Amino acid sequence: MSLNLRDDFPFFKNSDIAYLDSAATTQKPYSVIKEIEDYYTKYNANAGRGSHELSMLSKQLISDTRKKIKEFVGASSDEEVIFTKNTTEAINLIAYSYALNNLKENDEILLGISNHHSNIVPWQFVSSKTGAKIKYIYLDENGQLDINDFKSKLSNKTKLVSISAVVNTTGVIQPFYEIIKLSHLVNAITLIDTAQSILHFKHEFSKWDMDIITFSGHKMYASLGIGVLVAKRKLLENIPPFIYGGDMIEYVEEESSTFKDLPERFEAGTLDTSAILSLNKAIDYINDVSYDKIREIEYNLSSLLIDKLKKLDFIELYCVDVVDRVGIVSFNVKGVHSHDTAFILDQYKVAIRSGHHCTQPLMKYLGIASSCRVSISIYNNIEDIDRLILALYKVKEVFYG
Amino acid sequence: MDNINKLYQQTIMDYAKRNDVKGEIENPNYALRGHNPSCGDDITLLIKLENDKIVDMKYIGSSCAISSASTSMLIENVIGKNKDEVQNILNSFFSMMRSEEYDETILNDASVLEFVKDMPARIKCATLSWHSLKSIIGEGNDGIREIKGNN
Repeated sequence: MSLNLRDDFPFFKNSDIAYLDSAATTQKPYSVIKEIEDYYTKYNANAGRGSHELSMLSKQLISDTRKKIKEFVGASSDEEVIFTKNTTEAINLIAYSYALNNLKENDEILLGISNHHSNIVPWQFVSSKTGAKIKYIYLDENGQLDINDFKSKLSNKTKLVSISAVVNTTGVIQPFYEIIKLSHLVNAITLIDTAQSILHFKHEFSKWDMDIITFSGHKMYASLGIGVLVAKRKLLENIPPFIYGGDMIEYVEEESSTFKDLPERFEAGTLDTSAILSLNKAIDYINDVSYDKIREIEYNLSSLLIDKLKKLDFIELYCVDVVDRVGIVSFNVKGVHSHDTAFILDQYKVAIRSGHHCTQPLMKYLGIASSCRVSISIYNNIEDIDRLILALYKVKEVFYG
Repeated sequence: MDNINKLYQQTIMDYAKRNDVKGEIENPNYALRGHNPSCGDDITLLIKLENDKIVDMKYIGSSCAISSASTSMLIENVIGKNKDEVQNILNSFFSMMRSEEYDETILNDASVLEFVKDMPARIKCATLSWHSLKSIIGEGNDGIREIKGNN
C-alpha cells in the first residue's frame, strides 16, 4: 500500500483521465493485476478436474478465497459463499432456484423503486411465471426508502423483499437493517443487493441476520467476471441448482444425476480461478487500506464536490442532503441533457456516467429523464474535482453562451 | 476541443432549440417512441399521414441536443413529402452515416450531421428518430403503436 493510494493503481500512470465513474467499475490496484499475471504464468490449471498437483492447487486457492470472503462479509460458513459471474447472475440464481420454486399466485414481492434493473427484471420474470405480485416501496423526500410505505405494504402475503443497500444512481444508503428486521416479522426473506455498498462499509451478514446478499468483484478493485452470492445455509440447502453441468455432480447416470453439496452444487462448469484470486487480493487491499480510510476519503471528496456544485447556479443536484451516503453524486446541468454534459466533459478527459443508470423506475419517480453521475473512489483527488468543475463551466459556455 | 465546436455549432444548436417542431399535433395517426437506453434519449414522433403523404409531424420527449437537432432536421425534410420521397431521404441519410454515396440535395441542413458518423458515442443520437420513421414508413403499418429499445 502506497502512502498516496493513487500510486497503487497503474491505470493513472498511463492515463491523464479524471476517472469519476468508479460506481460503474473501479480501477485495479497493482497487487490485483500482478496476481492475475502470476496465476497464468505460474499456476494455471483446471481447478479440481484432475489429480495432479496444479489442479489441486487451483482448487485450494478457490477454497482459500471462499474462506476469506466468508470472513470479509461476516458469514457463518464457507458453504454460504457461492461464486457467480456477477451480481446479476447471483440475483438470477435466487430468482430461478428459490423464487420460481417457492412463490405462488397471490404471494407478493416487495422491491425498492430505486433498485437497479438487475434487481427488478428477474422478479418481473418470476411474477409472470408464478403469478406472484410485485409491489414497490417508494422513497421519502431525501431519497431513502420510506419505511412507512414499506410497513403499509408488508403483510403475510410478502414472501420476498429485495432492495439495494446503496442506490447506484444517488449514492443514498438505504435503511436495509430495519427492512430486514421488519421482513422477518412476517417470515419474508430478504435479498440485499450490496453491489454499491460492499466497498464502502463493513458488512456483517450473520450478525445483521441477512438472508441473501449479492455483489460484483469489479466494483471493488477485482477483475471483471467474478461475482458473489452469500445466502443462509438453510436457504441454499433447500433449493435446486441453477445451472447444470460439470463439477456440481456426484453420480451421473444415463437418465439422472445426483448433485454435490454446497457450495459446488451452484457452481457448474469451470470457475474463473484468476478472477477469484483477483478478488482475494482485492479484499486484502481493502483490509489494508481499511473501511475507515475509504469512507474518510470518499466522504471528504464528495462533500467538497457537493459544496462546489451547490455554488453553481446552473447545476441541479439530486438527493445530496442525506447524511447516509457513499461517494456518489447525481446532478444535471439545468436544461442540458446528461448525454451532452457527459460528452463535453469527456472531451476534457473527465469520465462520468450519464443516462438513467439502469434505474428507469427511479428516474421516472424523481421526474427526470436522466442524470449525470459522479462516483468517487480512494484514488481520486481534489484535482479531479477541480477538473470536473472547470469542464462543467465549459458545458455552460456551450449551452448558455 | 474540435469535437465540441463541431458538434455544438450554431446550426445544430438552432435546430435543437426549435420549438415549432416540438409538441403535440392534431389527430396524429402514427406515434412511435424511439428510445436509446444507454444514453437516455427518448423521442416520440407524432405523425399525421394522409394519402401516403406526411401532412404534419412533431416530436415530444427528452433528448440531447444532437438527437433534438437531428429530429428537427428530419421533420423539416419530410413534411409534405410522400412515402417514396421520404424513403429516399431516409436512405440518403443512412448512406451518409455509413460513409456511402448519398444525395446531399434532398437532405438539406441534415447533411451538416455527416461528421457524427465518426463519433461512436453520438451516432445513435443522430440516427434515433430517422430509424423510428423508417420503421413506420418502411413497414407501412397503420394505427398508433409504441416501440422501445430502438437502437
